[in-house]
Amino acid sequence: MTSATAALQQTLQHGAVQHIPGGGAQDASATVPTAGGLVQSVDWTAIAPPVITAFVALAVLVADLFLAERHKRLLGRLSLAGLALAGLSLIPLIGEDRTTFCLTDDPGVCSYVADPFTLVIQLLVLGGALVAGLLSLTAVEDEGLPAGEFWFLLLSSAAGAALLPASRDLATLVVALEVASLPAFALVGLRRGERRSSEAALKFFLSSVTATAVMLMGVSFVYAATGSMHLATVAEGLPATDSRLGTLATTGVALTLVGFAFKTAAVPFHFWVPDTYVGAPLPVAAYLSVVGKAVGFSGLILVTLRAFPSYGDVWGPVLAVLAALTMTVGNLGALRQRPERSRSAVRLLAWSSVGQAGYLLVPIASAAYADSARDADRAVGSTVAYALMYGVVNLGAFAVAVLVTRTSPEGRLADYRGLMASRPLAALCLGFFLLCLAGLPPGIVGLFAKVTVFSAAVDADLGWLAVVMAVNVVIALYYYLQWAALLFRTDEAPAPAPAGGAVGAPAAHIAPSGVLTATISGTAVLGVALSGAPQLFLRFADTALF
Amino acid sequence: MLPVSDTVMQGLLVAAVVLPLLGAAAALLPAPPGLRGSGPDQAVLRHGVTVTGAVLAATVVLTLGFDHDNPDAMQAESSVSWIPALGIRLHFGVDGVSLPLFVLTALLTFLCALYSYFKMPAGPRPQTFVALLLVLECGTLATFAVLDLMLFFLAFEMVLIPMYFLIARWGGEGRGPAAWKFILYTLLGSVVMLLGLLVVGLNAQGGPTFDMVELAEAHGAGLSHTTQVVAALAIGLGLAVKAPMWPLHSWLPDAHTAAPTVGSVLLAGVLLKMGTYGFVRILLPGVPEGAETFAPYLAAFAVVGIIYGSLACLALARRGARGDLKRLIAYSSVGHMGFVLLGIATLTHTGVNGALFANIAHGLITGLLFFLVGALKDRTGTTDMDTLAGTSGAALYGKAPRFGGLLAFGAVASLGLPGLAGFWGELLALLGAYHPAGGLSRPAFLVFMALGGLGTLLTAGYMLIVVRRVCMGDPEEPRPALASLRTVPDIRGYEFAAWTPLAVLTVLAGLWPAALLGLTDPAVQHLLPGVTR
Repeated sequence: MTSATAALQQTLQHGAVQHIPGGGAQDASATVPTAGGLVQSVDWTAIAPPVITAFVALAVLVADLFLAERHKRLLGRLSLAGLALAGLSLIPLIGEDRTTFCLTDDPGVCSYVADPFTLVIQLLVLGGALVAGLLSLTAVEDEGLPAGEFWFLLLSSAAGAALLPASRDLATLVVALEVASLPAFALVGLRRGERRSSEAALKFFLSSVTATAVMLMGVSFVYAATGSMHLATVAEGLPATDSRLGTLATTGVALTLVGFAFKTAAVPFHFWVPDTYVGAPLPVAAYLSVVGKAVGFSGLILVTLRAFPSYGDVWGPVLAVLAALTMTVGNLGALRQRPERSRSAVRLLAWSSVGQAGYLLVPIASAAYADSARDADRAVGSTVAYALMYGVVNLGAFAVAVLVTRTSPEGRLADYRGLMASRPLAALCLGFFLLCLAGLPPGIVGLFAKVTVFSAAVDADLGWLAVVMAVNVVIALYYYLQWAALLFRTDEAPAPAPAGGAVGAPAAHIAPSGVLTATISGTAVLGVALSGAPQLFLRFADTALF
Repeated sequence: MLPVSDTVMQGLLVAAVVLPLLGAAAALLPAPPGLRGSGPDQAVLRHGVTVTGAVLAATVVLTLGFDHDNPDAMQAESSVSWIPALGIRLHFGVDGVSLPLFVLTALLTFLCALYSYFKMPAGPRPQTFVALLLVLECGTLATFAVLDLMLFFLAFEMVLIPMYFLIARWGGEGRGPAAWKFILYTLLGSVVMLLGLLVVGLNAQGGPTFDMVELAEAHGAGLSHTTQVVAALAIGLGLAVKAPMWPLHSWLPDAHTAAPTVGSVLLAGVLLKMGTYGFVRILLPGVPEGAETFAPYLAAFAVVGIIYGSLACLALARRGARGDLKRLIAYSSVGHMGFVLLGIATLTHTGVNGALFANIAHGLITGLLFFLVGALKDRTGTTDMDTLAGTSGAALYGKAPRFGGLLAFGAVASLGLPGLAGFWGELLALLGAYHPAGGLSRPAFLVFMALGGLGTLLTAGYMLIVVRRVCMGDPEEPRPALASLRTVPDIRGYEFAAWTPLAVLTVLAGLWPAALLGLTDPAVQHLLPGVTR
């Protein structure tokens, strides 16, 4: 926990500290005469989203010490307010393209950039964290999680996740990635005294740390080959690398990508996902599935397109193969889930999120084959649009899962049988979310998100990948539809309750949660609105994000 | 032609597509005071009749306002940008190719709603049933009215969920697996079709466009031969699953057999047409070279489908085969749609006109037959031919003369008796195969024509067997297999109302084919220029 704080602090100062020795030259935006260039002016508005989140995280941690036990509920509200405020702080940045922490001798090279790409991902991350937070309000109380720690860790991770899309140098990128991940390990293992939870945390931690180590090695190789950490400079330097350093540079590129492949849970780095999601508290799993993915993908996009565009012929085919493998493995894994098994609902969502990660990789791989930088940006825009759709819909599905798990703690798919009869609103919403994930009307958002991804692949002449994806879409449809059909099934006898279980018992003692209902309805309304006006999210597939 | 202003025409077309969707939402809400009727079930079923009736009225006015002198031009056209990022526009319009199918859809759905009002299939709440029926209508009407490839795909997919639930919740024996088979087959096809549509749209001459009119006008200009072949294969596969083309048809018999009566009627009458319509509207004009490459294969598969469907029906109609009458009609659909596909594969005006005619004829006749068989099942509790026929025959002529007569009428219409609707489409399709478009192998098509002709003979064979075993026989048979077979009630009032339009139109189309061909022919000539026949 303290390490996370330290890392966060370091991140926030990192840019400023690094460039002090530049000397002489003036700041990009400033006319401020500096004392020998040692002090750099910081654009606080630009960095507000991660800073506010981090600040509220610290405030929560401190407040936790002074609050009486009965007032701990306030912490959750404070955190949510902080996330909302951080989200609102994005508004003044729209259309501004601000930069800060630039090199004093080269103001065009900056460590922190608030361009449209950054803002969209920050919106997704902060919005995702907010929804996960809303889901956690009840879960923290129901499961007796330590409130102070929980909210602090959630906010810290969100701060790192919000910093990551803005980072434009490898060091900041790695630090942001770690700030986003380290608290997540603790969040997964936060359920005290539960073996499965700590086992999941350990699994998550070990595999993640290994990936980070590999990635750091890759970053150092790249630094050795190009002499720079800044993505823009690396991109310029890589093609001009001394031919004797060619192998080093290629190895560096490959190893760096491995780290991000882990975060995106691409095959073969996907093994942690199902166990981690199942072991973690449900809202945390929801958080990981959306924010964790967004972090991995934005990092991957930055590294591939901003830093290593000249190595497109290396990472393009690799990512294409990874995408094909990831979606196939994920969807086959989801297909195997037996409805009677304990926690099968989350397991299915976990495997399907692996499959969805495969779709998200497709446009990035296509970007390597693009004819022009504009086409590459468009392809990446498809990933962003898809991620937005996936974020809304997947959080909605998790919200319903949280609701159902309150009354049926086993969390089996079979518990969803006949949900239409007992909770019509939740059932309709979940049905809608599942159809969106499947990409079938009435889930029009999902359909058009898939269309953009397909068109990116077709545009890049990656026909084989498009066909693999088509087959996968059908596999995924099968299990999503099966779940959706289960919701409306009433004629069969209800699934037998496990011995001694309270499954299906009337849950009069659990008060209905207004927040949960509001979250489910909110995501559903957003999904329906996006279905009616897909341009709202698809425009990112058509505009220059960088 | 009724003088109707352009704005009204546009409004009518869009209203016909949107109204069912609004109606579906309204069906799920409680009825407002004053419209409650004798109970919530009755109110919602009446709501279904009202909405589909209003849609039918709109399409009839649309038909009257349609400029019959220029059926090759898009009419009632309206276009609004919807998703600029993907270049998708809400583009609607009808011409001589789509208008008949549009009206057929509205008519069949209305008749289904009317029939269900009096004879609701056994199953859960009618509210959901009506809502699904209306969503289905919206999707099918949209398929025939939209002029944007992505919207076409959207509409194509939109019908799946309602049809799935109609089969899975209100269907008969084996409905679960049948519904799954239906949806998975179609989805696998339609995802591949999406890829093909994207290939066509993204590589279009003059920048990416999904506008079907523009793409049809371009006639594949700017698309390389390879692109056209790939696109034609992908789109063709998706449409062929829906049509269905042998050997991709195996979802159809199960789905038809398991579906409730109105489900079967709409599946056969409307949903299958979405596939063949796509061939004519998108594949032939959009990727002509690709279409030419695959035309011989399409024709070969179509002919195999004709023969296969007829032989399967003959096998089912045999005594002792325990053939299901509903299944038999379903297999006969495979044969009939084979003629439609054969007509399309000739790439000639004659053939494609025949295909479009056969489309409508099949919708009317098979719709009627599924209604009749469904009603027979409701009366006797079985569609098993052997149980029905007993030792001498089911003797419907004797027990229920009007019912038996109408069944015999449907059967002879289906076998293509001259003077009824079934005749012209198949004749023109075969005629088209006699003189296929230049570039296609004439000897091969002559063989296809001969085999298709054999198919008509086989069709006549099994249809007459069905008439003999079901309609004829000894009404006083001493020991029928089921008590319900002793007396079979004759046609009731509502059945009369639901079925008469189909029978009348079958006769009308048979006696006055020019009414339909006058609409389709100019439009087909417009879609297929440079073909002489």
